[in-house]
Amino acid sequence: MTERALSARTAHLGALAFRLGTSVPGVLWAGLEKGELLVRTTRAALIPLMTLLRDDPRCQFRQMMDLCGVDFPERAERFDVVYNLLSVTLNQRCRVIVTTDEATPVPSVHELWSSATWWERECYDLFGVLFSNQPDLRRILTDYGFEGHPLRKDFPLTGYVEVRYDVDRRQVVYEPVKLTQDFRSFDFTSPWEGMTTLPGDEKAHQDRQGLVFGPPGQGR
Amino acid sequence: MSDIVLRKDLPDTLTPDRSGDGRSLQTVEIDSHSLNFGPQHPSAHGVLRLVLEMDGEVVTRAVPHIGLLHRGTEKLIEHKTYMQALPYFDRLDYVSPMCEEHAFALATEKLLGIEIPDRAKWIRTMFAEITRVLNHLLSVTSFGLDTGALTPALWGYEEREKLLEFYEAASGARYHANYFRPGGVAKDLPPGLADRIAAWATEFPGFIDRLESMLTANRIWKQRTVGIGVFTTEQALDWGWSGPNLRASGVPWDLRRSQPYDMYDKVEFNIPVARNGDCYDRYLIRIAEMRESVRIVEQCLAQMQPGPVKIQDTKISPPPRREMKRSMEALIHHFKLYTEGYHVPSGATYTVVETPKGEFGVYLIADGSNRPYRCKIRSTGFAHLQAIDELSRRHMLADTVAIIGSLDLVFGEIDR
Repeated sequence: MTERALSARTAHLGALAFRLGTSVPGVLWAGLEKGELLVRTTRAALIPLMTLLRDDPRCQFRQMMDLCGVDFPERAERFDVVYNLLSVTLNQRCRVIVTTDEATPVPSVHELWSSATWWERECYDLFGVLFSNQPDLRRILTDYGFEGHPLRKDFPLTGYVEVRYDVDRRQVVYEPVKLTQDFRSFDFTSPWEGMTTLPGDEKAHQDRQGLVFGPPGQGR
Repeated sequence: MSDIVLRKDLPDTLTPDRSGDGRSLQTVEIDSHSLNFGPQHPSAHGVLRLVLEMDGEVVTRAVPHIGLLHRGTEKLIEHKTYMQALPYFDRLDYVSPMCEEHAFALATEKLLGIEIPDRAKWIRTMFAEITRVLNHLLSVTSFGLDTGALTPALWGYEEREKLLEFYEAASGARYHANYFRPGGVAKDLPPGLADRIAAWATEFPGFIDRLESMLTANRIWKQRTVGIGVFTTEQALDWGWSGPNLRASGVPWDLRRSQPYDMYDKVEFNIPVARNGDCYDRYLIRIAEMRESVRIVEQCLAQMQPGPVKIQDTKISPPPRREMKRSMEALIHHFKLYTEGYHVPSGATYTVVETPKGEFGVYLIADGSNRPYRCKIRSTGFAHLQAIDELSRRHMLADTVAIIGSLDLVFGEIDR
């Protein structure tokens, strides 16, 4: 894309972001992030905002391409639910983000876009985000009878159960995961920046860090 | 006391007549049975399990069960460096591996804020189009196989083999290429490969003609596909369709044209669009796209100039092997890249490419470390498969097979 077309597009999206941020109730923040239109909103304002985004002649986001969850366990409302919208008539994209926690449901948008049904099921399956007014909130990607929500940050990569075929019982059995070697997660921080204390050199490290242990005046 | 069995998805002939007072007390006996289609079924294109509710030979409801190939790719990527995450994309849609890599490479480059050399862009564009032909050859011919035409599949496999040799020559692997990297491509084309691709491009349109002679005007083929699985423009947009399936429903939308990436704004090609939105149109679109892809490949070969194929920043792309043997700094860079990897500045992007199946997106969140914080993969087939209930309702069982074939589903990508 030429520079000129790109800057015209950025200006157009910026104007749209300004309009959404100032004149639409319930929009917490609207702006451009790396040239992509991003709107943050609340659960209560989600459905009116989405209806506006779909039907407004300056938005016309007739397609919902993607819906996904993101987990930030240190936050009070730990989940982001991210909607990626597309307008094929105006050739523009929009990302809408709402936050929620494990217990509070997000209103379902499947009545605005039929494609949302499965994406919401997927988000429920992988993160445990609840969607109200969803007709079909079942697991979709994980195994029948699976427990837990695997994409949460506190779910271990190796999971909790493993399956194998039991020759004697002639069936597939579920067992707790047995790792032949401990799960290793390497800390890749550079040895020149990360490991600042060599064995036997703790005193020099404390001096460097300005740390003083014990009452002042006594031997450091 | 009697209960009403009234369901929205029943054919009109089976819904009960309303009695005068509006409180119908009629019990309707439904003579339906359910049929388990797949997961081990040659027409299920992998591991699709469809539970079909049948009224005789007519499908009244189709409930897909997916996830039998779920490998937790998104979770695994969160535990890998950016360089280690890339090969997972080959294993998503294993019929068009390089196009999937393309999305992740572009997303990472966007977050890194780097611009790759021109030659790398040309090579990527060319291989993306070779991948498109590779995908459509399998898609169209296995669609034929689903409806009883065996020969196109045999011919298609022979032709695919030539393209897989190009893959092998460039990347060293026939399927899991790991060739498009953030910052360029893994290595330059070997000597002679450009000539071989050019030779293929001159003779391949003749193969498409021969393939078409088997199907396009074939009476049986048309009976099986024309008017089957019709999806209107409105429906296709509502269900989040993209790619050839959307274009078959009359929407002239192609990301290569409307949101061009790499060198797509420097090549000329047409975007085939059809009106009827049935299985036959979806087939025609793919055939026409193969011809356009060959044109793009030829233009890429003509405009490609010698030059570097990856960004000349050794903090992101590994130094040349020869230099590593002599320079201490190059050796350190190499070691750090393959253990720690590079750190990507925090930010988020939803980057899309037009894969042969449609819009394939990567929603990548970086937190400033050497691993993605979250990498959501927007798979194309997920949206297409979701509409199967609406598509196959009131069709014969055999038509459902044709519809699945026409949607071009690959479960590596749908289940992730």
